[in-house]
Amino acid sequence: MADARMLELNNIKKTFNKGTINEKPALAGVTLKLDPGDFCTIIGGNGAGKSTTLNAIAGVWPVDEGSIIVDGQNITGLPEYRRAELLGRVFQDPMTGTAATMQIEENLALAARRGNRRGLGWGITREEREIYREQLKSLELGLEDRMTQKVGLLSGGQRQALTLLMATLKKPKLLLLDEHTAALDPKTAEKVLNLTNEIVARDSLTALMVTHNMNDAIRMGNRLIMMNEGKIIWDVSGEEKKHLQVSDLLDKFSEVSHGQFANDRMMLT
Amino acid sequence: MSLLALSPLRLLASMPGNIAQGIIWGIMAVGVYMTFRLLNFADLTVDGSFTTGGAMAVMGIAVWHWPAWFALLAAFLVGMLTGFVTGILHTALGIPEILAGILTQIALYSINLRIMGGKANQVVSVDKYHLIITMRNIPLAILVGGIICFVIICIMYWFFGTELGSSIRATGCNQHMAMAQGINVSDMKVLTLALSNGLVAMAGGLLSQYQGFADINMGRGSIVIGLAAVIIGETLGEAIFGKKLNFMGHLIFVAIGGIIYYIVIGFVLWLKMPANDLKLFTAIVVAIFLAVPYLRAKSQNSYAKAAKKGAM
Repeated sequence: MADARMLELNNIKKTFNKGTINEKPALAGVTLKLDPGDFCTIIGGNGAGKSTTLNAIAGVWPVDEGSIIVDGQNITGLPEYRRAELLGRVFQDPMTGTAATMQIEENLALAARRGNRRGLGWGITREEREIYREQLKSLELGLEDRMTQKVGLLSGGQRQALTLLMATLKKPKLLLLDEHTAALDPKTAEKVLNLTNEIVARDSLTALMVTHNMNDAIRMGNRLIMMNEGKIIWDVSGEEKKHLQVSDLLDKFSEVSHGQFANDRMMLT
Repeated sequence: MSLLALSPLRLLASMPGNIAQGIIWGIMAVGVYMTFRLLNFADLTVDGSFTTGGAMAVMGIAVWHWPAWFALLAAFLVGMLTGFVTGILHTALGIPEILAGILTQIALYSINLRIMGGKANQVVSVDKYHLIITMRNIPLAILVGGIICFVIICIMYWFFGTELGSSIRATGCNQHMAMAQGINVSDMKVLTLALSNGLVAMAGGLLSQYQGFADINMGRGSIVIGLAAVIIGETLGEAIFGKKLNFMGHLIFVAIGGIIYYIVIGFVLWLKMPANDLKLFTAIVVAIFLAVPYLRAKSQNSYAKAAKKGAM
């Protein structure tokens, strides 16, 4: 039977430093199913398992238990680089997603070949350059005139915008956004978020976005999940999500965190 | 001893030989550049693999009676194998990069002795065999060495522009990014180490033909000479062309760095510095060149400077 789900996490578990004094259960049975086109935001306190969930999907390490299925393909046993074909990723640190010593166009060319076998064909072709120029123009950052410059010369916001473009250049089955605006100033963060919305809508992508910003979590996407202690404790979608207020999230959060909430770095803006 | 006792003519006469040797070390340096700059991997295998290449070439020609070109090819392939071993030690067995290189290097000492039939040195006579390059005819050696070096640089320029070569550069720059783009970074490291040591061994094979013998210690300190060439060449290239120095320019200047290194060595020897002190001299030169960019950045951004400004 064909599976219509784009992502299926079936009771995934992960404990770090098992059997040592630093043992830390990070994921305590996470089950999540996303339909094609779902744009789901994830909120929760520090150590709740938000980024860990994204890393589990990306294959940064193998999970202890459970299965990960993307577009019907069970990827639980695949290493990180072999999952890349299905996933587009943008990281919290703007330095992580791009190669600083390589040119803007070279970075794009590497991303365009995500999941392909890389042989002795040219790393970048003339036709590609024209496509990238158009794509960069759509970012409205003037990068189309700087295509042969090294990425290291770009600002954090420009690098995140570029990483976002790279992650979606070849349409991913699933876009993973790991607090990708947390390191940016508010104005730049706003720009990158708008760009995220545009790209996700344009390509009808399925996306998971971790954020610390409750307003962003509410206004972005069609679904919101809250995590605590390695579990999904709240899952809101549809009409309910549209009418969600920051106060609703705060109530829910203090309910589960037993008043420890004040210590958290969750932003109230 | 006064400086007047030094004959400029003798310095001049030694130059062509130094240039020829410098070209061979330039080829070696281009190999080191691959790992040190492109992969960001300090590979100490080369002290061993350079000798391996030298031993393969001499034994291939003089003992096994291979044609010189074939012996050189064999040196390249066996050199690749040594880099492959370091790569596996690092990627599959989790040994830190410096240590992985040292382990292979020390193992190669025994292996090189075996290749050379248990002897510490082996001779190949240009009178008996047809060699690709020899100090008996230095102008020709410069021409042949120069052509080989240029062809290698062209191949490298092409290779690092391909999809595979780009993947290697991405791996050297940012492993997270490379993995997120579906690049198998372990494979890229092993491949680059193999190619780099192949080139280094080939340079060893050329040097042993040039000087007419292979010696178990011929590769000792070659990583430092390679680094010296890389750093001297890049510094010079950037001083002349600034930021405009492209990849091809980098490769050419790294090879030129090898030549400059040997000209300097020739000059120092001409000043009657004891030959035994050469390695000390080389180490000091490399340490200075490595330290200068760091110290320059530090001086622009120092606490002392901040204190001075803050005191105003």
